[in-house]
Amino acid sequence: MNTIDHDDLQQHRSYLLRYAMLQLRDPHLAEDVVQETLIAAIESDKFAAQSSLRTWLVGILKHKIMDVVRKRAREPQLEVAEGEDESELVDALFKENGHWADPPQTWNAPEKSLENAHFWNVFEQCNQRMPLNTARAFMMREFMEMTTEEICQELSVSPTNCWVLLHRARLALRECLDLNWFGNAR
Amino acid sequence: MLDCKQNTELLSQSYERPVTLGERIAMRMHLLMCRGCRNFEKQLVFIRKAARELPRKL
Repeated sequence: MNTIDHDDLQQHRSYLLRYAMLQLRDPHLAEDVVQETLIAAIESDKFAAQSSLRTWLVGILKHKIMDVVRKRAREPQLEVAEGEDESELVDALFKENGHWADPPQTWNAPEKSLENAHFWNVFEQCNQRMPLNTARAFMMREFMEMTTEEICQELSVSPTNCWVLLHRARLALRECLDLNWFGNAR
Repeated sequence: MLDCKQNTELLSQSYERPVTLGERIAMRMHLLMCRGCRNFEKQLVFIRKAARELPRKL
């Protein structure tokens, strides 16, 4: 066990804030969960030496974020209203007969993008543009690496709805990266 | 026969649940004939990879 230096904690603050923002997309909520995380860290006063301080903090943060998400999931009226129906996106991508309106083109050397700081800006922005619940489900799945079952449970939706959310997220993200990064705007 | 819309749904679901042999065959058949969906399949792999790398890029 290591004891925690309060200055060290502060150094991780901005990282934790960005992490929380990706999932919650509300600066006040993000600020709150980060504050709670740091307080919890200080109160426990030690962490297992086998993990890095950041990994340990993110572990606490994930729990705090899920508390908020769970609470919100029980108040669906707050969030579903604002333009949540992105079935329009899916309709726009496919023709009536189910074929692509505009078939995906090859992406040029996508792996190289992962090394490019600007790519990550675009990636974050594309996430921000998704409707809240869609983005939330996607980030829980891929960013926080939760299982599909956990996500359905946390969001109080059926597995089928969960799959639909995740699929729409992938379609939306693919479209956004295609237009804004891989340059297949036609 | 799957159309592109159904095929992309199944591709996406294969990340969430085990797909049946029949579904797998149907996807393969479609992908053999459809370049757009082949590109989509590769891009899904990339999107997952990128999202899972994001925590290290913040």
